[in-house]
Amino acid sequence: MIAQHLPALQVVLPLIAAPIIVLARRGTFAWLLAAIVSWAGLFVSAALLAQVADGAVISYAMGSWPPPWGIEYRIDRANAFLLVLVSLISAVMVVYSRLSVAAEVPRERHYLFYALYSLCLAGLLGITATGDGFNLFVFLEISSLASYVLIALGRDRRALMAAYQYLIMGTIGATFIVIGVGLLYLMTGTLNLADMAVRLRGVHEVRPVLAALAFLTVGICLKLALFPLHLWLPNAYAYAPSAVAAFLAATATKVSVYVLLRFYYSVFGESVVFSVLPMGQVLLALSLAAIFVASTVAIFQQDIKRMFAYSSVAQIGYITLGLSFDSATGLTAGIVHLFNHALTKGALFMLLGGIVLRLGGVRFEHIGGIARVMPLTSFGIVLGGLSLIGVPATVGFISKWNLILAALESGAWWIAFAIVLSSLLAVIYVWRFVEAAYFREPSAVVVKLNEAPLEMLIPSWLMIAACIYFGLDATLTVGSAAQAAVTLLQGVR
Amino acid sequence: MNVAAHFSYWITIFVAIAGLYIVIARGNLLKKLVGLAIFQTSVYLLYIAPGKLIGGTAPIIADGFQVYSNPLPHVLILTAIVVGVATLALGLALVVRIREAYGSIEEDEILAQDATFTTDIRSDPS
Repeated sequence: MIAQHLPALQVVLPLIAAPIIVLARRGTFAWLLAAIVSWAGLFVSAALLAQVADGAVISYAMGSWPPPWGIEYRIDRANAFLLVLVSLISAVMVVYSRLSVAAEVPRERHYLFYALYSLCLAGLLGITATGDGFNLFVFLEISSLASYVLIALGRDRRALMAAYQYLIMGTIGATFIVIGVGLLYLMTGTLNLADMAVRLRGVHEVRPVLAALAFLTVGICLKLALFPLHLWLPNAYAYAPSAVAAFLAATATKVSVYVLLRFYYSVFGESVVFSVLPMGQVLLALSLAAIFVASTVAIFQQDIKRMFAYSSVAQIGYITLGLSFDSATGLTAGIVHLFNHALTKGALFMLLGGIVLRLGGVRFEHIGGIARVMPLTSFGIVLGGLSLIGVPATVGFISKWNLILAALESGAWWIAFAIVLSSLLAVIYVWRFVEAAYFREPSAVVVKLNEAPLEMLIPSWLMIAACIYFGLDATLTVGSAAQAAVTLLQGVR
Repeated sequence: MNVAAHFSYWITIFVAIAGLYIVIARGNLLKKLVGLAIFQTSVYLLYIAPGKLIGGTAPIIADGFQVYSNPLPHVLILTAIVVGVATLALGLALVVRIREAYGSIEEDEILAQDATFTTDIRSDPS
């Protein structure tokens, strides 16, 4: 009986856990409950992925109100893949977060941290699972409001300004999305995305629909931090508590990418977005700008968290670059990179959290020689960095390989050249870490440090190990991504 | 173009642009939030105005009433208002914390303070 309620269960569990945590007011209990719902979410989403693996679509009517009138949760191969990604990262992160949060968040706020963490997770899973336009907006705001507070929990007072700026830009983005959904609702009379797609089929010269597409594109791109709408991201990731930075870097922007895919391919249809409108060229230009500008800015950062935050902006550029080719190969490359980058950047921010725990900060002038006292952490960061560069036997290579295949398939050899060239920029900023960590004499403070605790190292290294494993054997990730791409390209789900 | 026939849309667009302008042009963190709230209000109008038919009633079947207004946009906007209130409340709470930490709520003064401010590493490593 419970099997048929799985699509709702994974969203409902963390949503119910949050108020229970607030009522209980106990830090340890809060962590335990957050851990239980995260792991339960992982099993539920894995079961969902198994159910839709053959191409089936699960339609779940919330409260038994049949779609298109009621809210429908619709699971297909595309969003089941993303559900697994989000809940996997969350399950690993919650184990990691206990010590990291204990060190970075005041003790009396621990239970609030886990309540917000659960809310944020519920929002992200809800966005991914729902098939209703307005429901999507509500979950978007649940996860966003929770993440603003999580960022503001950072120890540095600049975390407050970062959270404020993210709140302003995030709300503008969400409002643009709701304007877009509203225009579509006015034109079609439905909020159900699948129903909307049926009614919009063949419609592409009606101005409110095009205006809706424009509003949705700008709003979602604000959320996914596509250059030049990325300004909220570097500070938010740099000053948030380490566990939050790692969780958001690995999930929040990825879920936004999924929302963009859903609207482009499932609602408007590929032909409207890429053939009638020049969205492919727009995305291509912005993606290349993101890759080169953000990578260059990353090179000049003094704070390693900020450096990897700018690197995130660049990596998001690779994901949207994959979409811009408007081909199955390109879409597959984008989705694979979405998964791979979530693993890599999650691992990197987790390992940096270990340095923050021991040293208190991750500025380049302070971490000199840290590899001597924290060899496992440093080596993990180097491996993650190699994955950002795209060295063979890491997931980054799989992403770039697929991207280059897509570029060559579309006949644009110069883009393939640009992808290789941009990797050199990543070499420079990763080398800055290697130089500081391995080739400088440790300062008096650094010499006294210990390796990060195992409770943080093991989850971080699991992610790094996944980066290597999926770099060597990509059949699972590329296969799932290709299936998701096929599902999306079929148009109406 | 008939301006009067599209009156509600003109108001909606005016409110949206006014709100967005305040967010962009003002440096005071409180005023920015007010602008954001005005911007969100325009969305309420965008949804509700087309749902109303002049002379329409609530959708309850009864003799003598043929024209009904659509209740769904009202319900949606009820949710959006809750979201807007939550966002505003959180924004205001952040501004209070920012004022405690910086002693100012002017964006340029805060950024100037941050420009000369760097975190120190922990002096006693644990």
